[in-house]
Amino acid sequence: MALKRKVKQFDWQSKHLLGLRDLSAEHISFILDTAEGFEQISTRSVKKAPPLRGRVVVNLFFEDSTRTRNSFALAASRLSADVIEFTQKTSSVSKGETLLDTARNLESMGVDIVVIRHGAAGAPKLLSRSINACVVNAGDGYCEHPTQGLLDVYTIRKRRGTLEGLKIAIVGDIAHSRVARSDMWAMTKLGAEVTFVAPPTLMPAEVEKLPVKISYSLDEVIDKVDVVNMLRIQFERLGGNPFPSVREYSHYFGLTVERMKRAKPDILVMHPGPINRGLEMESEVADGRNSVILDQVRNGLAVRMAVLFLVNQAAAKQKI
Amino acid sequence: MTTILDQKQISRAIDEIAARVVKDLSPDDSVAAVGIRSRGEIIAQRLAEKLSALLGKDVPCGTLDITLYRDDLNSPSQTTQPQVRTTEIGFDIDERVIILVDDVLYTGRSTRSALDALVDLGRPRCIKLAVLVERAGRELPIQADYIGFKADVQIGKVVQVNLVESDGRDEVTIE
Repeated sequence: MALKRKVKQFDWQSKHLLGLRDLSAEHISFILDTAEGFEQISTRSVKKAPPLRGRVVVNLFFEDSTRTRNSFALAASRLSADVIEFTQKTSSVSKGETLLDTARNLESMGVDIVVIRHGAAGAPKLLSRSINACVVNAGDGYCEHPTQGLLDVYTIRKRRGTLEGLKIAIVGDIAHSRVARSDMWAMTKLGAEVTFVAPPTLMPAEVEKLPVKISYSLDEVIDKVDVVNMLRIQFERLGGNPFPSVREYSHYFGLTVERMKRAKPDILVMHPGPINRGLEMESEVADGRNSVILDQVRNGLAVRMAVLFLVNQAAAKQKI
Repeated sequence: MTTILDQKQISRAIDEIAARVVKDLSPDDSVAAVGIRSRGEIIAQRLAEKLSALLGKDVPCGTLDITLYRDDLNSPSQTTQPQVRTTEIGFDIDERVIILVDDVLYTGRSTRSALDALVDLGRPRCIKLAVLVERAGRELPIQADYIGFKADVQIGKVVQVNLVESDGRDEVTIE
């Protein structure tokens, strides 16, 4: 049962969501409060509401994605928007069209909101300065994945009521993870203490400048944290040999049944997906009673509906 | 600022609405109250209590947030930002007699939004509209089935409904 929360009067003014780094705790809480109102759309008889009727959302994905792309598409459809799916492989990008040309052409078709995933950090920001449509970042390079950060804190808040004072470990391939960064911003702004746990080869450069604690041993932190977020080892991004073997990684940094015995009984186990079963996490843990992995996916839909709604509202106001 | 209803009159108005609702019901009707956020929610709770007492059975009560159904969402002229909140209706509305409750019936636009929001939740046997205060100024062809008080208020003036639960006192004023 969700806690009763009084929604504070707040004025959301941004027609873009580029990252969480520059948002205040108040901004983040407001998005989460708004998302609560969207949750019930997915459970009722008609799973659709009209606020984006007549609006066009384009899913502009330059990298592969299952969850995020489908989640945004479904969120937009449930708000009655029309959705255009754009994939690099089947588009003119493969003929050499630039990002901005592609976006401007889509905008000429009357697109109102661009949801973009791109391998280059800063691509959404560049886009937001060049076109009139709203821009929502669905992941840029190793920089940010703001809706994932939001759905993670939403999931924790729903279970625990608040993030204030919680200890959270983010474990794994931090260096290549935009999720870790967006999580870190959202969690610390809402008052949680975040520890990055990884072998030195998977820690980002200049990690000491970030508002987190650092640990090189999962065993050292597993009994102290309220939430553990296991990142996926991104084989597609890993060059060189960041760890000697998959088995060794799993032995030191995998969330095993054995390791879970030392964790707090009510620890929340999270994973942004897709899981490498047996590597980051044993199947028994991924499907166990502490796992909120499928809640994350469900909540992602409500959070993305809220984000699409808010950026569109801000854009409507700016048309004066 | 003039007071048009005090605490006693508000209480009596809700009693009267409840009595009339009961009179219109058939014996096998399953009735429920649904209030429009935020003042309608409170009046609906009070009405549901009265109805429960009169009917000798529990009359469920829910809250409807109509923000996503407003017709001014994409209008640049809206001044305050709409705040989306939760709809909390913990019962099936199919085949029920739904008493839709709001504090003031003025332009009729909130009612229109509420009707659209309700039918997305299911198919009630019928929807009846109950309001504490009715005033002139309709912009849509909508009328109430149960009215607590008809106020003669110039268009443009504000009817302010204060309730103990949200405002610390029961009072309806014109500002």
